[in-house]
Amino acid sequence: MELIINMGLLSMLAMTAIAIVRIKDLFAVAMLAGIYGLISASFFVMMDAVDVAFTEASVGAGISTLLMLTTLAITGRFEKADKKSRTRFALPLVLLTGALLIYGTLDMPSFGAADSPVQEHVAPRYLNDSAQEIGIPNVVTSVLASYRAFDTFGEVIVIFTAGVGVLALLMRTDLPPISSVKNTASMEEHMVLRIVAKMLIPLILLFGLYVQFHGEYGPGGGFQAGVIFASAFFLYAMLYGMNAARKVIDSSLVQVLAALGVLIYGTTGVVAMLSGKNFLDYSVFSEDPVHAQHLGILFIELGVGLTVATVMIIIFFTFSGRSQVEGERD
Amino acid sequence: MLAHLPVLHVIIPMMAAPACLILRRRDLVWFVALAATLMSFAVSIGLLLQVLESGPISYEFGGWEAPWGIEYRIDLLNAPLLLLVSGISAVALFAARKSIEAEIPKDRHALFYIAWLLCMAGLLGILATGDAFNVFVFLEISSLSAYTLIALGKNRKALWASYQYLIAGTIGATFILIGIGLMYMMTGTLNMADLSERLPEVSSSRTVFTAFAFFIVGVCLKLALFPLHVWLPNAYAYAPSVVTAFLAATATKVAVYILIRFKYGIFGFDFAFSSLPLQSIFLTLGLAGIFVASIAAIFQDNLKKLLAYSSVAQIGYLIVGLGLANETGLMATLLHMLNHGLMKGALFLALAAIVYRLGEAKLSEMHGLASRMPWTMAAFLIGGLSLIGVPLTVGFVSKWYLVTAALEHDWWPVAGLILLGSVVSVIYVWKVVEVVYFKAANERTAEVREAPLSILAPTWVLVAANLYFGINTELTVGITRMAAVSIFGGL
Repeated sequence: MELIINMGLLSMLAMTAIAIVRIKDLFAVAMLAGIYGLISASFFVMMDAVDVAFTEASVGAGISTLLMLTTLAITGRFEKADKKSRTRFALPLVLLTGALLIYGTLDMPSFGAADSPVQEHVAPRYLNDSAQEIGIPNVVTSVLASYRAFDTFGEVIVIFTAGVGVLALLMRTDLPPISSVKNTASMEEHMVLRIVAKMLIPLILLFGLYVQFHGEYGPGGGFQAGVIFASAFFLYAMLYGMNAARKVIDSSLVQVLAALGVLIYGTTGVVAMLSGKNFLDYSVFSEDPVHAQHLGILFIELGVGLTVATVMIIIFFTFSGRSQVEGERD
Repeated sequence: MLAHLPVLHVIIPMMAAPACLILRRRDLVWFVALAATLMSFAVSIGLLLQVLESGPISYEFGGWEAPWGIEYRIDLLNAPLLLLVSGISAVALFAARKSIEAEIPKDRHALFYIAWLLCMAGLLGILATGDAFNVFVFLEISSLSAYTLIALGKNRKALWASYQYLIAGTIGATFILIGIGLMYMMTGTLNMADLSERLPEVSSSRTVFTAFAFFIVGVCLKLALFPLHVWLPNAYAYAPSVVTAFLAATATKVAVYILIRFKYGIFGFDFAFSSLPLQSIFLTLGLAGIFVASIAAIFQDNLKKLLAYSSVAQIGYLIVGLGLANETGLMATLLHMLNHGLMKGALFLALAAIVYRLGEAKLSEMHGLASRMPWTMAAFLIGGLSLIGVPLTVGFVSKWYLVTAALEHDWWPVAGLILLGSVVSVIYVWKVVEVVYFKAANERTAEVREAPLSILAPTWVLVAANLYFGINTELTVGITRMAAVSIFGGL
């Protein structure tokens, strides 16, 4: 049964990918990309990788679709026809890459095999000892937030870099102050949408907080929580207009918060250093080693959530600020 | 604090970058960025001394021992490169303050320095880490920030160049990730030292072969090996001048380092050269790259593009050194990584000075410029001589060892081609010298003044390094020889 579901999901993935390549209507492409994310997430669930699935669902199916739509608001809906056909070189290259990947699967240990190297070398300690060493049920969080916390710090910096990049290239400094312009929300007539959104937004925010603080016990954590938190914000901005959103949180404050998230994460490491331990060694936070791990993970997840949420908002603000200005020029 | 030396050079810029976003004021941000870079540089010096004195240093993040946790590992292979990256970054940042005034809008300066810090932190992190996945994370940091830095170029084509680089770089990074993923699947570990112990057991499997193939192609895209170099000339030509100086001197070198580290340090010499005909692939592509790119350089009018093509050619030399597959060849490559960083740094900073005065660096508009900007052009000339490989410059030293390595095999044609490559570089350097030294100044160049000291001084620091390490070769040759011996001795 599982095999059939997997085959079904994978062929849907392939079909979606081919459709994305062929369709010229970018609105449809953005939607398909969201569907692609959702199918991937389902596939990950089938593989028992619920944390990855959760991230893929919130990022791939959720926020990246929204950002693509925001981009389309600036660029226009249809792809320009490309006169040159590029498939002549690209197709053989893609086929070769695919063939090599399939060749590589020939000697792979079968999926989930208990005697595969992945199950026998490093992972057993994570599975067997993390309950004593870190004391939380979700092993994925133990690995991400403690054993390999430096990778996660790197990932937060990657998100932060993306925010810096978008600001550096697209930021408008000539936006009119909020008070001077009339708030023009494109959805003003959609009363039902607006009221439903008003009811949903607090729930989304609450869910975001739940995901943030529940990452130690179930799938979740700062990354997913940050994205969910930001999407509540996007919803508000889309239905009530950018100016209303900018009144809620000022764009320079968002930038300070994004930096603050990284600093919280980094300071957690630096404090350990100043107390004579290695960077990100949480044992300095408490006498009880398990309690210390809890505190350390709490701090860094806070940093992750803050930076992810605010960088998403930065990207959204900057893109929409762009379309606002382009719109006025038209 | 001495115990934390192995990580401080990465942590300092990683903490300084967000702090700069809060500070915002561009002069202050410049100062903080420069201070952070100088601290990283000082830490790198300390690390090199420590490695020379007591051998490789390991640092375990979070107090978790490897392979369960992430480890930084500083040895003779990466310590000199840490020094190169942080040193060039510091020198170029000195010049940046004046140089970007004319190239980047004022309200972007703070963000520019933040992206710079992130890029440097990323490159240093790749060098220092002993964990294969951690390489990928820091590769993402350095790449994303490099795309940003390049796209900030004055010319609108910078956006397109950065986009091309983004596509090529992302494919490269994905291939690297596929390689690392397959390696993990077959060994159950991500730690480099651990990987090198466990890979031989499974090295005959087709999965490991696939991992190796994907990894090599991915890295070669990142290091712009001919014919995967297409993204490089435009990216270097349209990026802000100081960014070109920084990236040209460091980014491709770091990619070459990844190649060496994985090829020798993880897969092992025997596997690397027996599973794929890598020796002949590297020799052929390296030599082809030297000639195709050098000849392309001859026909460029934009000097930044000319030097960018020359960079592709120099990458050819680095790869030829690896293709020779002997100790001297590896040593020549390591030496040339450092030396090429010094010469390209000096040359591109000299171009930054020219761009500052002329607005661009087009050869057709530089008639008689040497009489107007004597110091800048003298720096360019010395850098050019070093590029050719004239004695008393660093370029001579590394080419000498490269030719020696070829002769150890008795491969006269390879040695001959390496020397012929230098002759081609004489042509494009001479082309510039002829225009700026021997043509009369025209209306455009007549009014030009010498570049400001804040750009000139950093340029000459690197020029001096080119000469110093060209004459006193003891330090660089000594360290790279020890590194090559330790890699080959460990087989």
